Amino acid sequence: MKRRTLLSTAALATTLAVTGLTAYADGHEPTKVGFVYVGPVGDGGWTYEHNQGRLAVEEAFGDKVETVFVENVPEGPDAARVMTQMALDGADLIFTTSFGYMDQTLEVASKFPDVKFEHATGFKRSDNVSTYSARFYEGRAVQGHIAGQITESNVIGYIASFPIPEVIRGINAAYLHAQAVNPDVEFKIVWAYTWFDPAKEAEAANVLIEQGADVVLQHTDSTAPQAAAQAAGNVYTFGQASDMSEYAPMPRVSSIIDDWAPYYVARTQAVMDGTWTSMDTWDGIGAGMVGIGEITDAVPAEVKASAEALRDALADGSVHAFTGPVNKQDGSAWLADGETADDGTLAGMNFYVEGIVGDIPQ
Amino acid sequence: MMVLEKRPQPSQRWVFAAPLLAVVLTMMVGGALFAALGKNPFEVIRTIFYDPLFSQNAWFYRPEILIKGGPLVLLAIGLSFGFRAGIWNIGAEGQYIIGAICGAAVGLALYPAETRLIFPLMVLAGALGGWAWAMIPAILRVRFGTNEILVSLMLVYVAEQLLASMALGALRNPEGMGFPGSRNLSQWPAAANKELIAGSGMHWGVVAAFIAVIFAYIVLSRHQFGFQVRLSGQAPRAARFAGVNPGRMILICMGISGALAGLAGLFEVAGPSGQISIDFNVGYGFTAIIVAFLGRLHPVGILLAGGLMALTYVGGGIAQGQLGLPAAAIQLLQGMLLFFLLAVDVLTNYRFRFGKGEVA
Repeated sequence: MKRRTLLSTAALATTLAVTGLTAYADGHEPTKVGFVYVGPVGDGGWTYEHNQGRLAVEEAFGDKVETVFVENVPEGPDAARVMTQMALDGADLIFTTSFGYMDQTLEVASKFPDVKFEHATGFKRSDNVSTYSARFYEGRAVQGHIAGQITESNVIGYIASFPIPEVIRGINAAYLHAQAVNPDVEFKIVWAYTWFDPAKEAEAANVLIEQGADVVLQHTDSTAPQAAAQAAGNVYTFGQASDMSEYAPMPRVSSIIDDWAPYYVARTQAVMDGTWTSMDTWDGIGAGMVGIGEITDAVPAEVKASAEALRDALADGSVHAFTGPVNKQDGSAWLADGETADDGTLAGMNFYVEGIVGDIPQ
Repeated sequence: MMVLEKRPQPSQRWVFAAPLLAVVLTMMVGGALFAALGKNPFEVIRTIFYDPLFSQNAWFYRPEILIKGGPLVLLAIGLSFGFRAGIWNIGAEGQYIIGAICGAAVGLALYPAETRLIFPLMVLAGALGGWAWAMIPAILRVRFGTNEILVSLMLVYVAEQLLASMALGALRNPEGMGFPGSRNLSQWPAAANKELIAGSGMHWGVVAAFIAVIFAYIVLSRHQFGFQVRLSGQAPRAARFAGVNPGRMILICMGISGALAGLAGLFEVAGPSGQISIDFNVGYGFTAIIVAFLGRLHPVGILLAGGLMALTYVGGGIAQGQLGLPAAAIQLLQGMLLFFLLAVDVLTNYRFRFGKGEVA
């Protein structure tokens, strides 16, 4: 208990002191928060970070909250069963942390109108279903900015997971910013069709390295590409979803970190206060949902400085990751000079920007 | 001194006792594992094996066992024909996927029509799709003598790629904002494989599983074909002399398992799952192999084994949620079940002899 109090931030502690105590005074049961994970909590990436968010909720609220989770839940009927089970066991708030849980989340939510649901990265909402996602593409822009400058072969490898807007957005953002600092840069993209499969990811990394890539970006969650890059030597990588700092300073030179903790704490608080409403949240670097992991000394100092400047500009909103002029891959105009992309287009992005070679798999 | 001695005939008693002993051993070793993880083993075992059936929330879990067990039994019944005849279809997972794709494609081609004919058409297409996918290894085996184990297994990965392609391309929901996955069939009444009685978990796939059990029981015990299947497995040469055409046997057995796998896939995609998505398949085709052997390749045994397997899935989920058990521990438990069964199976064909070993 002591450690928990120590660890929670001062700001949080103040709000808690008020609301938490009232909840106690009412004699409420602890608020029960459930988490449905698509991978194992030890994946070192996506699910790991969601679980860190869960632990932050426990840390922030102490014994006023009880959290439960089920890991490795396949997308489909199993997910519906696990959610229902949590609701039956008295959960007040359930976070479903994979895009593929969308229809099941809505289906179960309709049966439990008093339970609040939060679906990560989805686009369907209802009275008791909120959606939330992070603007990872802002982090991709910083990655591209660094990658374009440190590559010597001008070939940047990209391990993509599934051809969905989220992933395509990341490729486009990284490419645009790599190309801005290095017009000769070329992207080689491998589709792994998985979020987490160390063997496949390592294979993809090796294929890219053999094709001359000396920077490998990944949209998959394991550290296998980092290990492959380390074995190959002189190949740079970026941590994905979590910091993966065990591979710093080389090959991992920076990372995109998903930080769900502030959001999870805030939403749990809202349920405790009775102020929870259904909404759509899409936060980026500015709100702290996307973090840029420490840029190591393997990167030249001036590159590091300009990358940090870009990060800060994205955070305060003075720069948008997608700013015109940008054409689509087929040469048609997308963004005029100075125009920024609207969220609707970004949310459903299904095209490459001009300069990327290859087709999005159909 | 202890000696293993081959029984002159497989022990009838052990044929039935082995699975029970395997379950008991699994519970014991599993319990020790849970204790090592710092959980109360009795509480965990109770949560997994008892709570889904008799706890306060069992009204919800019982239907879930049917939903989970239905495809397992349907798949395992199909596999049992081939396994009995010594034909090893390891690719039921792929046939399951293709059945789902074909069935869903036929349905989606007619969207948004409203006629009662759509669902039966989809069922037909699902069975045909699974059958056709199984015919590839079957015909290759008959015609060129390829190994059906390898070919059928490899075709699973081909089917998975095809599934991804369908979810992203041809069958993608045009109103899905560019996200992968088809329309939700379970939300379209003409194509939905609905629960026949609300809240019972009974959908057409579960009904089909029960019908398959009865059908398989009659065929295997009463029909000449069942006799030929068993003879082919136990004494291939004798079967040949008895006029059984081995090629025909392969085609029929692979066909049955493929068609039933395709049906299982179709019922799943039109019902509990609802849509073709990249991760539609969750390993039923492989788990069904365990179910088939756990059930002694006997229809009634498979029914019980499918129920038990489904129970560990549902109960395992509860144990994770309520007791914080890691998912891997549940998978270990399921793996142990087959492991112990195979180990205990030795007793069916062999017996221990104690005392001074008489050297043969």
